[in-house]
Amino acid sequence: MTEIRWHGRGGQGAITASRIVATAAFKNGYTGVAMIPTFGTERRGAPIFSSLKIARQKIHDLSPIEAPDIVVVLDHLLLDEVDVAKGLKAGGLIVLNTPKPVTACDFGGVRLAVADVSALSVEAGLPQGRVNSGIIGVLCRAFDIVPFESVLEEIEAEFDGKKPKANAGAARLAYDKTTVGVA
Amino acid sequence: MHIIETGNVAAALGVKLAGVQVVAAYPITPQTPLTEKLSELIEAGEMDARYVPVESEHSALAVCIGASSAGARSFTATSANGLLYMHEQVHWAAGARLPIVMCVANRAVGAPWNIWNDHQDSISQRDTGWIQIYSCDHQQIIDDTLKAFRLAETTSIPVMVCYDGYLLSHTYMPFEVPEQEKVEQFLPPFHPSYALDPSSPANLNTVTLPEIRTDVHGEMAHGYMEIRYLLQEDLRKAVQVVEEIDAAFQEIFGRGGAPLVEPYRCDDAEYVVVGMGSLTYQLWDVIETLRTEGHKIGVLGVRLYRPFPDAAVAAALRGARGVFVMEKALSYGYEGALCSDLKSALYDHIPDKSRAPFVKGLVAGIGGREIRTADLTDTLRSGLVGSIPEPGWIGIQL
Repeated sequence: MTEIRWHGRGGQGAITASRIVATAAFKNGYTGVAMIPTFGTERRGAPIFSSLKIARQKIHDLSPIEAPDIVVVLDHLLLDEVDVAKGLKAGGLIVLNTPKPVTACDFGGVRLAVADVSALSVEAGLPQGRVNSGIIGVLCRAFDIVPFESVLEEIEAEFDGKKPKANAGAARLAYDKTTVGVA
Repeated sequence: MHIIETGNVAAALGVKLAGVQVVAAYPITPQTPLTEKLSELIEAGEMDARYVPVESEHSALAVCIGASSAGARSFTATSANGLLYMHEQVHWAAGARLPIVMCVANRAVGAPWNIWNDHQDSISQRDTGWIQIYSCDHQQIIDDTLKAFRLAETTSIPVMVCYDGYLLSHTYMPFEVPEQEKVEQFLPPFHPSYALDPSSPANLNTVTLPEIRTDVHGEMAHGYMEIRYLLQEDLRKAVQVVEEIDAAFQEIFGRGGAPLVEPYRCDDAEYVVVGMGSLTYQLWDVIETLRTEGHKIGVLGVRLYRPFPDAAVAAALRGARGVFVMEKALSYGYEGALCSDLKSALYDHIPDKSRAPFVKGLVAGIGGREIRTADLTDTLRSGLVGSIPEPGWIGIQL
């Protein structure tokens, strides 16, 4: 089982992003998929997280992820508020939207994938602050679980009527501009 | 068709497939997306039903009572304080013997305010005369919703399909959506034996005297006590009807087989953990860990809570040395209601008390307190050597 914990802010679309990846995984033969949003008394801008579990067998445990294989962070400013790397498994991966390069980050020696998704999404034609499609591109670049083309199809389907091409474009651009290193 | 969606959508699709004719509901978290989905389906013409927007849950069930009395297949859904607000009508629907189906997305009740999951809302309705089913995953939610209509219409008793708020209502998981044709084979249109008809006015459920009496036709009519006794009798008989309907469902759809209790690795178990809802499946993983450590332990999920399948529960626990009942609700002032029911079943069905297992009641996940799998494992590991820390509320920090 692969456990991916998503950190974002209320209204930022972390739940939508994790749902897109969940659907793509499901359609690519993973029969055990569970996307479990954790609801607090969230308001716009407050830190939120969701748990995405992907496996070949049915998932029975719907408790929030404590020891993720991957952590996805939609907003680098969250790093000041939330210990996003908490419980990350040895050899785990952090996927981060940040304008900084890998070398400017420090998570104590974990695999890190970064892209300036905020800027790249605007470049792709999305309004300021819409980062949840782009971050999926960064994840897919660093973690090969589902074919990227299949994920792009899900992004277009999810944003049907809401700039589907620009959303898929943001993911593709972020995928191309991702750098992966150890930080 | 195999899809990935939320538990609320699973319930809504079940309601749509069942050919419900009247939906009346008032939104409350975490049930809201279910009724929103139904309202969308009806508005889009994908579901041929009347959606009656109401100003409260009390009215929601009152509308269903009216619609069902007129012979319409009727549905409502709610959670927590919404369910409590309709409480008077909950009793009424059962007393009036109306085959209404209601989904309850289980949520803690106030005070203090809390929107997260536990089972206090529906457990507190256990004495109303409704049938209560607890679903453990999305497949069971959609399947149970379909079975609930046939069960309600077969027994003339309303049915609650209960599923964990957020944990199931908002989680995305894959499930199979039954084909409409097969559903129609399983669940024929609703033809009540009696329905209100404006051209032939009648009073229903008017003041009924304590004693039996001669009615307007000169025939002896039941008093209140006889009418209520028949509800109890039919509820007790409904245990078997649940099994029959599950068998019919299994024949058509190939799923089911454990409609009363769902045992997991209980055959050789010396210890059994009993629970309801999604917690049951989480316990499956816990039991796997404990089994690798050499402990003979199993899980018993109670799927039908009212009528209580006492014989099936006792049969599943016969031979066990110890039973742990893990509940998300309490009968305040005593213990978990399921724990009491289970002890009562053992008392009735295991005549030799020296052979009855010990029963330890535990409380977990009240008000959405996170139920950590590691905590469950630790608690049960302690339980196997008789040393669960008091008060047996898992994760409590006083």
